[in-house]
Amino acid sequence: MDFNQSLYRQRRWSNAVGLTLSMGSMALGLTVLLWILFVLFSNGFAALDWNMFTQSTPAPGTEGGGLANAIVGSLLMVGFSVLVSTPIGIFAGVYLAEYGDESKTAEVTRFVTDIMLSAPSIVLGLFVYAIAVATMGTFSGWAGSLALSLIAVPVVVRTTENMLRLVPGSLREAAFALGAPRWKVATLVTLRAAKSGVMTGLLLAVARISGETAPLLFTALNNQFFSTDMSRPMANLPVVIFQFAMSPYDNWIRLAWGGALLITLSVLVLNIIARVFLREKTPV
Amino acid sequence: MSVGTTMNSQPVSLETGSASMVSIARRQRLQDVFFHRITQSFSLLVLVALMGIIVSLFINAWPAFQKFGVNFIWYVEWDIINEEFGAAIAIVGTLASAGIALLIAVPLAFGIALFLTETCPAWLRRPLGTAVELLAAVPSIIYGMFGLFVFAPLFADYAQVPLQNVLGGMPLIGFLFGGSTNGFGILAAGIVLAFMVLPFVAAVMRDVFEIVPPILRESAYGLGCTTWEVVRKIVLPYTQKGVVGGVMLGLGRALGETMAVTFVIGNANRMPTSLFSPGTSIASTLANEFGEAADFHISALFALGFLLFVITFIVLGLAKWMLVRAEKAKGL
Repeated sequence: MDFNQSLYRQRRWSNAVGLTLSMGSMALGLTVLLWILFVLFSNGFAALDWNMFTQSTPAPGTEGGGLANAIVGSLLMVGFSVLVSTPIGIFAGVYLAEYGDESKTAEVTRFVTDIMLSAPSIVLGLFVYAIAVATMGTFSGWAGSLALSLIAVPVVVRTTENMLRLVPGSLREAAFALGAPRWKVATLVTLRAAKSGVMTGLLLAVARISGETAPLLFTALNNQFFSTDMSRPMANLPVVIFQFAMSPYDNWIRLAWGGALLITLSVLVLNIIARVFLREKTPV
Repeated sequence: MSVGTTMNSQPVSLETGSASMVSIARRQRLQDVFFHRITQSFSLLVLVALMGIIVSLFINAWPAFQKFGVNFIWYVEWDIINEEFGAAIAIVGTLASAGIALLIAVPLAFGIALFLTETCPAWLRRPLGTAVELLAAVPSIIYGMFGLFVFAPLFADYAQVPLQNVLGGMPLIGFLFGGSTNGFGILAAGIVLAFMVLPFVAAVMRDVFEIVPPILRESAYGLGCTTWEVVRKIVLPYTQKGVVGGVMLGLGRALGETMAVTFVIGNANRMPTSLFSPGTSIASTLANEFGEAADFHISALFALGFLLFVITFIVLGLAKWMLVRAEKAKGL
């Protein structure tokens, strides 16, 4: 066989370089990201103790204290957000999936939803400030919930639509053939078939909003004390972490790591549950 | 096949009784119309929300725009006391940190996506892919804290000081490495932002690479191409719109990111003169100053927010358009 030896060697060489670089970037990326998680876990676990869940945020410079008010506040706001965004997201997702191919509104909505998925969350916080805080005259848990809902709705809409589209067309056609009206096909057949996928979307939305700080900065603000009153400023984990981490007090910084660990763990657990859920239930 | 269109027009005599059939069909038709309108209105709610955001941002920003006009965009000043505001400092900080972030993250993401689709052994593919996706879900405040407490001191000692010693005196690029070496600044923010955006862009690129039909790749391998050649000459040209779309999605994220940047960018309202000098981005200006701002200051901050939204809207719109065209090229 007679072929150009030097050209062959050159091709092999650039192949080796390219593949090494790609493996190197994988190694670098994974190493840095695992390093970040390692730092988070080691600092966070050091701060984890029973006090964190039972005591409220301490005053600057004092020892002890916990994150109880922040945890409760976050749970309340995320909870209300889910209550609001679930029906809106699912209904809009059903609309996009069922009538999406025949309607200009649906196309525009899809485009807008995708943009809002990646839009800067701090701008959404500004918007909610303008309409909720300025009109109500005070920062509040409701405003914070509203801001979180604005972030959650696009996630739910997109995943609902994608999951509904995955349902085989033959299922729909069989229901139509039996004489079912369109709304029954959409809800009792298609939505029911895509139930687990839609649940996954909800879990992912919850995971996404639990970690968001920026939109809460000027909507729910923060509260040093324990409060479940949603119409006043409300403590929440992300803003507390932001405030504590940027401060010079060691106790506050320790608590900030603990809070960061809590948020990351819940986000990761929710994501893993969502994935396992989806993998189990996805049919052929 | 749509139920209910033909049954209303004339009574049909069937064994079950034509009147009840017609009334059932009429009722179902009404229910369908309700369903259509209700779901459509929820969908329109999303659209209205977006319109509302743009309008309300603009209205609240109007006093600032009225005072400074279009020059607000390149006015280099941020004087809270004398109420002289200009967006140039924040815009420069935003663009610089996002630019540095992409410069670092895109090649790394490309390498990771290449590894995951071509050279990774099959048993490792799923866990590593899941790991990348999980990392993309980590909240950005974690990266910010990592940047502040771990990265900044190391960056100061092992990168900034040596860089300044070696390159600080060079004729053309020396000015880039001047300034204080305290571990913060535009470059530090860019690097932290790069690692925040990296998993996301890598996941998008991997999804885009996986769209390539196996038969194209196998034919290339069959002709004797090396893996690298297959990627360069087959996979990349096939997915180029998708890759560009993914990169722009990452850019959109990087432009709007608040937490990862605020911790390490230094938060100084001056125009940065080197890579190490502190600066500010639009998002971090908003995060830092909004809490205690007074009337006109708030309006200026809203103006910044409006500009940021417009910029990211354009970038994300372009990204979406490219990704849609990539999907169409797929031909499915």
